[in-house]
Amino acid sequence: MDESLIRQFREIVGNTYVLDSIQERFSYSYDATPLYQSMPDLVIQPGDTEEIAAILKLASQHRIPIVSRGAGSNLSGGTVPVEGGIVLHLNRMNELMEIDTDNLTSTFQPGLVTADLHKAVEAKGLFYPPDPGSMRVSTLGGNVAECAGGMRGLKYGTTKDYVMGVQAVLPDGSVVRFGGKNAKDVAGYDITRLLVGSEGTLAVITEITAKLLPLPESTQTLVAYFRSLVDAAKTVSAIIAAKILPSSMEFLDHGTMHVVEDFSHIGLPLDMEAMLLIQQDGSTLQVEEDIERIASLCRSSGAVEVRMAATPQEGDELMTARRAALSALARVRPTTILEDATVPRAKLAEMVEQVNAIAKKYNVEICTFGHAGDGNLHPTCLTDERDKEEIERVEQAFEEIFHAAIKLGGTVTGEHGVGLAKARYLELKVGHEGLELMKRVKQAFDPLGIMNPGKMFAKDTRRRVVIGTHEHVH
Amino acid sequence: MSTSTKDTMTKELSNQAPVAESADSFVPQFDMNEIMNCMRCGFCLPACPTFRETGKEYASPRGRIALMKGIATGQLAIDQDFEDNMYLCLGCRACESACPAGVKYGRLVENARDAIETVKSMNASKTTDTQSDQTSVATAQGGSLQVAADAITANGAATGTLPLKHTVKRTAKESFVRNLVFRRIFLYPSRIEKMGTVLWAAQTLGLQKLADKTGLMRILPRSMAEMQKAVPKVASPAARRKRRTVVPPSGAASAAGVMQTAGGGAANRTRVASAATGVVTAGAATSVPAGASTGASMDGSIGSKTIRVGMFKGCVMDVMFFEANEATARVLSKAGCEVVFVEDQACCGALHAHSGEQWGALDLAKRNIAAFEKAGIDYVVNNAGGCGAALREYGHWFEGDPEWSERAKAFVAKLMDANELLAKLPEISFTKEVHARVTYQDSCHLRHGQGIWKQPRELIRQLPGVEYVELPGADQCCGSAGIYNITNFDLSMKILDDKMGKVVDTKANVIVTSNPGCLLQMRQGIIRAGLSDHVEAVHIMELLDRAL
Ligand SMILES: Cc1cc2nc3c(=O)[nH]c(=O)nc-3n(C[C@H](O)[C@H](O)[C@H](O)COP(=O)(O)OP(=O)(O)OC[C@H]3O[C@@H](n4cnc5c(N)ncnc54)[C@H](O)[C@@H]3O)c2cc1C
Ligand code: SF4
Ligand code: SF4
Repeated sequence: MDESLIRQFREIVGNTYVLDSIQERFSYSYDATPLYQSMPDLVIQPGDTEEIAAILKLASQHRIPIVSRGAGSNLSGGTVPVEGGIVLHLNRMNELMEIDTDNLTSTFQPGLVTADLHKAVEAKGLFYPPDPGSMRVSTLGGNVAECAGGMRGLKYGTTKDYVMGVQAVLPDGSVVRFGGKNAKDVAGYDITRLLVGSEGTLAVITEITAKLLPLPESTQTLVAYFRSLVDAAKTVSAIIAAKILPSSMEFLDHGTMHVVEDFSHIGLPLDMEAMLLIQQDGSTLQVEEDIERIASLCRSSGAVEVRMAATPQEGDELMTARRAALSALARVRPTTILEDATVPRAKLAEMVEQVNAIAKKYNVEICTFGHAGDGNLHPTCLTDERDKEEIERVEQAFEEIFHAAIKLGGTVTGEHGVGLAKARYLELKVGHEGLELMKRVKQAFDPLGIMNPGKMFAKDTRRRVVIGTHEHVH
Repeated sequence: MSTSTKDTMTKELSNQAPVAESADSFVPQFDMNEIMNCMRCGFCLPACPTFRETGKEYASPRGRIALMKGIATGQLAIDQDFEDNMYLCLGCRACESACPAGVKYGRLVENARDAIETVKSMNASKTTDTQSDQTSVATAQGGSLQVAADAITANGAATGTLPLKHTVKRTAKESFVRNLVFRRIFLYPSRIEKMGTVLWAAQTLGLQKLADKTGLMRILPRSMAEMQKAVPKVASPAARRKRRTVVPPSGAASAAGVMQTAGGGAANRTRVASAATGVVTAGAATSVPAGASTGASMDGSIGSKTIRVGMFKGCVMDVMFFEANEATARVLSKAGCEVVFVEDQACCGALHAHSGEQWGALDLAKRNIAAFEKAGIDYVVNNAGGCGAALREYGHWFEGDPEWSERAKAFVAKLMDANELLAKLPEISFTKEVHARVTYQDSCHLRHGQGIWKQPRELIRQLPGVEYVELPGADQCCGSAGIYNITNFDLSMKILDDKMGKVVDTKANVIVTSNPGCLLQMRQGIIRAGLSDHVEAVHIMELLDRAL
């Protein structure tokens, strides 16, 4: 990038917050998505909305791509600057501005870490339910831009159900504000909701107002083991049919159980095909009643063993298996690709069976776990990015998995977003006309196409494997 | 680990650093499998002090590993940025405790530093190098990376294919200091002793005051000048000579209830990590079952004979904190052990390993292994978290070495931190009341490197009269980190001042820690925060000793 231009950016934010050396930039060339990497031209850490507005104005003038970045924990290549440009690292803007106990809302900057918000509101007896597995590191800006889900999705929904208002900077530098603390607000298009899940392709979100709930009085945990996948899936349906909405219902398949047991030796019964971890929260009485009923529904739907946690600590221990899943899987092979094909929950068993069949067909190792209550599966492929031939097969297997999900009435991504990784499959889900409409929306916000270019909309039918982009034209 | 990495570790075992001809053809060897274990989830970011302080991705564990990978695959060169960054890392290994994938970051950063030092000695031995040094990946423009994964071969070894220039150089002053420290002093225990004597003389004769007055301190780096205020009064040569080399058991019964296997805990302990919270329950205790459960008798443990423990003195520890070592011996003796100050032991090698001088580390390790073999002891006990973590790596350092591998493993199997051993022995009956409000700062290498953090807290709680308060963020580095407070003074002091703010909030009047570096840092912190008149920092063994 031109020196004099860099100088202008330095004048906006100050020297320390503009990073331009090779090594500094290199560390912003990746995110948590395996196999993607690309160099930015510059990294800027803005301190407030005005600075962002000034940066975007200048970037527009010079047609420089802008890639917003929170913690870089997304799993769809969303922050990889495939077309170079500027990475806006928003971690300095992490202020929790307000917890409004009268209106039950909280207002904060996008760089605030999700778990820090949890801690702050819970200290006041309040509750912000979205809890992506990455909440210790992910930022709320990233959560909003990806519409992050989590384990509590079944009962409480995902990020979109909590965002009430946003402030954002458009690519030309203008600052807009939509929504707010009003519980009801139908003034015009719901731009707030449109920005949720927009993956940095429309605007930079600079302030968020979110809805809070009262913190549930207690939580209880139960684990159930099954000899067949179908029984586990049947159980999920039976519980919901009985009009119980557990706060989470997590699922581990045989492969995942095996790897978790190998890794953390917690005594999982390996002769089982699947396990469910179910949590309920609410008033103590209600929780106890629900858990009892869930336990008996598990048994009547074919669970071989059901265990209830007597104490919260025991509940935590039971959840260990689920929480250790990704870590355990990550250690098996050098490269771990976590996907999130999602189907209506009634199709859960069918989907898992298809994943297994596809894995076999392409001779790749895929373990599946995920949010059973939401039909949100994480088929996780254990592979090695250095083995070109195997990666090719992995690619084919995932392609088939996405097609299978769509056929079952599902979607190509439940919570990780489209980014680069799923851009090629978006049309599968929304159709040609749908895609064209989305492109026109993008055009309306970002006529110059500088906001996170290359994401969401595939330029070509490029495979997901793009380490370095030598074939890249820019 | 890949064979190639092992080779670099064990190749040069003499006292001489390896000298290569040219840095241009140099391909740094990294353990690619370990690097690839990092899935870039970022869970380590909030745990990392340098990331928290700077907010820059490159100063995070994930960033550093990515840069190492860039270098190993020939995408990046070893330049000044890389060097600064690898030494900005505190080596506290808090990232390891937070990592759900169990990436052994500590080893990786040692590798990286070793590569840096190798390049530097190569570039130093080159006579002329007039060409531009800034060429590294000058072509790395936005939207592209010049070298793709092709550079990584399937068998794990990385081979850079680009003609990258590794540009770091050693200045004359740096060469002199490194040579002095790593080759002339720390390889020779007797010379460290002598330094202790000089330090003692200086303190006793008031040279320090003299130095202060004459402004001698002004020409020393600011970091050294501040540090020296915190250096404790060192023991006199006469006091040193009086040390008994064997301290017999004085406690009620001979030590009981200790299991057959010790140490090695860090290597094979179960890490039940949490993807949701990033919490890792790591306990050496889980892999080292207590005596009762292994069937060892409740008295006299190994057969019926008294446990004989070899004290690993630690070089800095023994000079600066001679009394803490004496206290450790008294406490262990009270717990029923026979304590031997093993002859011919050397520095643990941590300083060398952390500073890219792996050849020196190996040499020291061998001397220690041999010395403790000769001493016929049941356990090797140390009281410095930093040393302990390095000693536990001996097995890893000699992996694949036909002569030393087994001996190193046997050494590690006998290794125990003093806190760890005491927690396994029957509770000592402390007799004296210690009236104090006590808080505890973890030694990073004890907690994150060895998984020992419950034991010291439990021991402190056992002391009569002590009121224990947990220090919020006690698991976070104090900024001492070996010689970090000298090399990265400003950041170190920033971290320290934050820490002292939390100490003040606890209203404790004693800060306990379990590592000499942390102890010095705490003392410096107390001085900086103006707390000297009512707060003191002591080694945990000294506190226990006060209650005997
Ligand atoms: C181990 C692991 C577990 C995970 N578990 C879950 C889970 O359970 N549920 C789930 O939904 N996700 C999960 N994720 C994915 C990821 O953590 C989420 O997508 C998270 O929301 C990303 O937050 P971030 O701060 O890291 O955002 P980043 O990765 O930095 O950015 C994500 C996207 O948001 C955009 N963006 C970031 N900030 C802004 C802003 N202020 N304005 C505009 N655009 C912005 C970026 O351009 C990018 O497109 C997991 C990831 C990992 C590694
Ligand atoms: S927590 Fe571990 S796997 Fe995740 S980025 Fe850090 S080092 Fe890599
Ligand atoms: S060792 Fe400490 S300072 Fe270094 S990367 Fe890990 S957490 Fe950060």
